[in-house]
Amino acid sequence: MSLRALSAEAARFRSPEDMDAMLYYLLRRAVFIPVVLLALTLMIFSLQMMLSPVQRLAAYAPGPEFLKGGSAQIAALIEKYGLDEPFLVQYKEWLGNVLSGNLGWSETARAPVSEALLDLFPATAELVFFAFIPSLLGAIWLGTKAGVHLNKGIDHAIRIFTIIGWSFPVFVFGLMMLLIFYGTLNWFPPGRLSQWAEVVVAGDAFTRYTGVNTLDALLNGNMAVFFDAIRHLIAPVITLTYVNLASMTRVMRTSMLETLRQDYIRTARAKGLPEKVVQNKHGRSNAMLPVVTIAGMELAYMMGGVVITETIFDYHGIGRFAADAASNLDFPGVLGFALYFALVLVVINLVVDLLYPLLDPRVKLA
Amino acid sequence: MTVLRYLLRNPLSMFGMVLLVGFVVVALFAPLLAVPEPYQISPYDTPRAGFWAQPQPPSDEHPFGTTQGQFDIYYGLVWGTRTAFKIGLGVVLISVFVGVLIGSVSAFYGGLVDEVLMRIVDVFMAVPILIAAMVLTALLGKGLVPMIIALSAFGWMNYARVVRSEILRVKEMDFVHAARAYGTSDRRLILQHILPNTFFPVLVLATMATGSMVLAASALSFLGVGTEEGYADWGQFIAYSRNWIVGQGDNPFAYWYTLFFPGMAIFLFVLSWNLVGDALRDILDPRIAK
Repeated sequence: MSLRALSAEAARFRSPEDMDAMLYYLLRRAVFIPVVLLALTLMIFSLQMMLSPVQRLAAYAPGPEFLKGGSAQIAALIEKYGLDEPFLVQYKEWLGNVLSGNLGWSETARAPVSEALLDLFPATAELVFFAFIPSLLGAIWLGTKAGVHLNKGIDHAIRIFTIIGWSFPVFVFGLMMLLIFYGTLNWFPPGRLSQWAEVVVAGDAFTRYTGVNTLDALLNGNMAVFFDAIRHLIAPVITLTYVNLASMTRVMRTSMLETLRQDYIRTARAKGLPEKVVQNKHGRSNAMLPVVTIAGMELAYMMGGVVITETIFDYHGIGRFAADAASNLDFPGVLGFALYFALVLVVINLVVDLLYPLLDPRVKLA
Repeated sequence: MTVLRYLLRNPLSMFGMVLLVGFVVVALFAPLLAVPEPYQISPYDTPRAGFWAQPQPPSDEHPFGTTQGQFDIYYGLVWGTRTAFKIGLGVVLISVFVGVLIGSVSAFYGGLVDEVLMRIVDVFMAVPILIAAMVLTALLGKGLVPMIIALSAFGWMNYARVVRSEILRVKEMDFVHAARAYGTSDRRLILQHILPNTFFPVLVLATMATGSMVLAASALSFLGVGTEEGYADWGQFIAYSRNWIVGQGDNPFAYWYTLFFPGMAIFLFVLSWNLVGDALRDILDPRIAK
């Protein structure tokens, strides 16, 4: 049964009290989020205080022209922005800026942080979209197969496949993909688009509706750009899919094994249901629950940037930006990224929590 | 005995065990397997055979070839085994200590203490470990110790959670009530009666984490915020191979050895820990069918 059909069925059983509980749950969540965000930014901000006031000046500079005046001006600016003030005073200043929508200037991106994040988000989202769906569906399929055929040949094969994927360093796998598909076959080059396609996309005739190349190309009816974008996506998508597929399959297999040992499975078999129905409807549907939680976490971390994959395939996304910002101690960039990631985490956790009672009517939010 | 019987029946786990023992042997006998030159200040500085950019293929003198900048791959991998153990065990031991401390305090005292500590866990969970560790290493400087500190600082939360939930489960059991009625002190109650029950779940988690921490550390090195240039560290050696992936015009696999040997070293090391962790979980978890 598909995920949607399942949630639709579960939704029928929900009573008005459940809706109240859900509302209460949402409110409690909403109150709690700002507290975590505050603590998180305080923590990163305190790391920033390890740098000298001059280094930190960048956080307040709206653009490079701001610092042109030399050391006298820099001293004046440090004074003006209170960079030698006590920690909490400075934090308050930064928070005020953030609340009014100013995340500061990122040296790494050479752009305001908010602009850089908005610009890179579609790239990461595109990559993650294409990798996440096959890994989730593949994991449910493989995990079910392995669980049903415990200790048979197929189970062993799937276990070896997953444990290799789980132990393989992403950067070695990625470099191997490059070696084979770029170095040898020259099928899938690194980057997001070929040079000619970049020119087309930047041109006037091409409208950038979303920033997601494949989608924009379809909307513009430009199939050449579409296929070029796909060609650049294949290698990083395979890399990401394998790694995520491996870890999710493990969870699905374990969960399936536990589910198949439940009494209701024995009952279902005893009353003569076909084995397929027992496995898929009674087994798999219930075994999927822990996978949803893990998949949510994986999705969040992928959206937080697939640092290594993006670096290896020279794919400009959030992860690469965050890694560059981190290694260059570009704190406005890091703080902006941290806020972005916290937001992603909150949204995805919320969706997972709300999905749970739909998938399993026994679970109630409280 | 159960362990031995399990290992004999599971060739994959056996393989993991043997691999791990193999790595321990390499680490222990590193000074014999790859003899440091007398002029080396530290045995962890990989000797280099010149300064050419182009990697050299395996030869009698350099069994695994050399990287760009002529670092000897064989030497780097042998001593890199010690580095890997130092990082993996160092990070995991520190994280376990911090995690167990916070988890047990949180579960034992409950209420406000629990709430505050668990929210702190949430805050640490809300940063991807790689990025957080990059910021910390960038601040603390290159080297092994900053890497271990950075990875431990963001690697303890799972232990805290596991220990907390285990303790909450054990806390209400009869023997704890009995010990309390007996007048046992808080400290003794935690250390002698409750904590030992959390040992196995933490052990399984720690075994599996050792591999992934070595992966994370090599990723840091790969991204350029890990160890100093030439330090015997697997991630660093993979970073050296990056520019040589595409090979020469007619021979794309010309520099295969720069990626293959360090890549295999990391892969097998992590694999061995994961296989052993898997076996431990199967042996210790009664819910999994034998």
